[in-house]
Amino acid sequence: MDENPAFKVGDQLILQGSDFSELIVRLKAAAYRVVGPMVRDGCIVFDEISGVEDLPAGFGDNQDAATYRLRQCDDMALFGYNNGPQSVKRFLYTPQREIWKARRNRKTVSIHLPDTEPVKTAFLGVRPCDLNAVLIQDRVFTRGEYLDDDYNKRRENSLIIVVNCTEAGKTCFCSSMNTGPRATAGFDLALTEILHADHHYFLLEVGSDRGLSIVAGMPCDHASDQQLRTAAESVTRAADNMGRSIDASGLKELLIRNIDNVYWDSVGHRCLTCANCTMVCPTCFCSTVEDTTDLTGNTAHRIRRWDSCFTMDFSYIHGGSVRPSAKARYRQWIIHKLASWHEQFGTSGCVGCGRCITWCPVGIDITEEARAIRQRDIRPAEVSETMEV
Amino acid sequence: MTPVPFMVKKVQRDTADTFTIVLTDVERVTGMTFAPGQFNMLYVFGAGEIPVSISGDPTSTKKLIHTVRVVGTVSRALRRLRVGDFVGVRGPFGTAWPVQKGESNDVVLVAGGIGLAPIRPALYYLLANRKKYGKITLLYGARTPSDILYRTELEQWRARFDLEVEVTVDHGDDTWWGNVGVVPTLIPRAPFDPLNTIAMTCGPEVMMRFTVMALRKRGVNTDDIYVSMERNMKCAIGLCGHCQFGGKFVCKDGPVFRYDTVAHLFNKREV
Repeated sequence: MDENPAFKVGDQLILQGSDFSELIVRLKAAAYRVVGPMVRDGCIVFDEISGVEDLPAGFGDNQDAATYRLRQCDDMALFGYNNGPQSVKRFLYTPQREIWKARRNRKTVSIHLPDTEPVKTAFLGVRPCDLNAVLIQDRVFTRGEYLDDDYNKRRENSLIIVVNCTEAGKTCFCSSMNTGPRATAGFDLALTEILHADHHYFLLEVGSDRGLSIVAGMPCDHASDQQLRTAAESVTRAADNMGRSIDASGLKELLIRNIDNVYWDSVGHRCLTCANCTMVCPTCFCSTVEDTTDLTGNTAHRIRRWDSCFTMDFSYIHGGSVRPSAKARYRQWIIHKLASWHEQFGTSGCVGCGRCITWCPVGIDITEEARAIRQRDIRPAEVSETMEV
Repeated sequence: MTPVPFMVKKVQRDTADTFTIVLTDVERVTGMTFAPGQFNMLYVFGAGEIPVSISGDPTSTKKLIHTVRVVGTVSRALRRLRVGDFVGVRGPFGTAWPVQKGESNDVVLVAGGIGLAPIRPALYYLLANRKKYGKITLLYGARTPSDILYRTELEQWRARFDLEVEVTVDHGDDTWWGNVGVVPTLIPRAPFDPLNTIAMTCGPEVMMRFTVMALRKRGVNTDDIYVSMERNMKCAIGLCGHCQFGGKFVCKDGPVFRYDTVAHLFNKREV
């Protein structure tokens, strides 16, 4: 083995399974808080990990519409599971955050911003769909006329280590959305886990200078053609085994012209408007603010927290909610996600992670609903133009 | 974005459920420059924050004026404020009425209820630059005679020879000798040249829907009609998602929209 290999961005290296802990050690040495997958509350969650022993070795899962069960596998793969309920969204765009505090002193009021600086964080085990979700939220929060400062700072202080998928879940459809199962750009490091009976190793791709600084000097070899082929085959196998698919062609136009489709009533009857889909979605970005005052009445806090278009409050204006029916709220969500997102941010809002399918308590399936609309498509000529008088 | 401290200069009752609040900037003497049609987020300490259209004169910025209808916690708290009290202001936000585009054309303003408040800055602007415009018409509808907003000012405007003002009420009473009926009924006989007119309308969605229909019937082009939309606004900077109207964020792509850009959503329910 080359003792001091000169790696560069774009290199494809081999990291032995036995050396994996070295990666975490180096991240910590570079002052990163390491956030990775672990088993908690019967599912895979992201949280701060102290070492490789926290990773969900030997765990897999069974997922389907409205179903999620962890299971023990007979292999010891570190990343042998599919996405759990939460993505890394909660670390970049936090579920709840104080945005300012106001203090009253007689008639004057002063506003104070929180002075918290985000910690440097390395996200280990981000799936390609979730990486794409982060890139989509980058567009939402950092590319517009106004910037979300907190998100931007957290993002600047983040390092993303993707784990490509070699197995697809039953609710996965990233190949339809072009976001996986292999990450092609936007990561700092990308891993593909290869597990043979006698050999456990990772293909390690260097995606950025920041990623390079972590792997520089690590005990890695350049990958052989055979190893590259094996990794590519594993990823292709995942692509071939996608549990779900969605026909993305012309989806935006399809949904927009079908805003009056009677089929929405059918979803409206099933949807509980529980907001689970929006809470697990890695791209959903809606928030609200809450103002609270302390008992003295002299300090007021403004908290921003995640919100969902499935609540009545969401569209409330004096006199009532703009979207009182479940049908209208589901329609708003799916049309936003798959259609108007393009208009707003130049990309789909869906990455095909399948969480909204898995975590919907009644198993409403975004791919099925889109398919149902396509089957009942109101052709352009049939669209009423009642306003054109 | 954090609220900038303003101070209450005056709170004036307009009708039973509306009032006009005049604010001055605590830190800057210049006040706030804004374009007619834009709105601010007003924060009352401890109560919360609401979006309110600016209803004052865009050509004089020292006083910041909003007209508010009392409908909830924050608007009620705003009404209770006294001279010298604090109001936090974020803004101004959103798109403006196309007053420049209206130059050398006729301009027709159609307002319903409190919708007259966001229209008023446009009218101030038009009157301040009166020579640049053709005929200017204000059509205003209120529920009852006692709901008529800016009554004194409307009477003054009606007395002018360079401005046509028509007011109608949904329900008259024994003091009322004017028009009775909804505001779109005033459009067929309003004095404007349909092909050289810029129309601006603000009011309840159903009122704007019929206003657009009546304007279209007169032959006004869809790209010469402007509507001001209302949706729930929390952040006012296009990040919180609440105010979505199809693919538009009402807070930053609106509230003023050229009608043809939202026509496909305009007659849909629960969008």
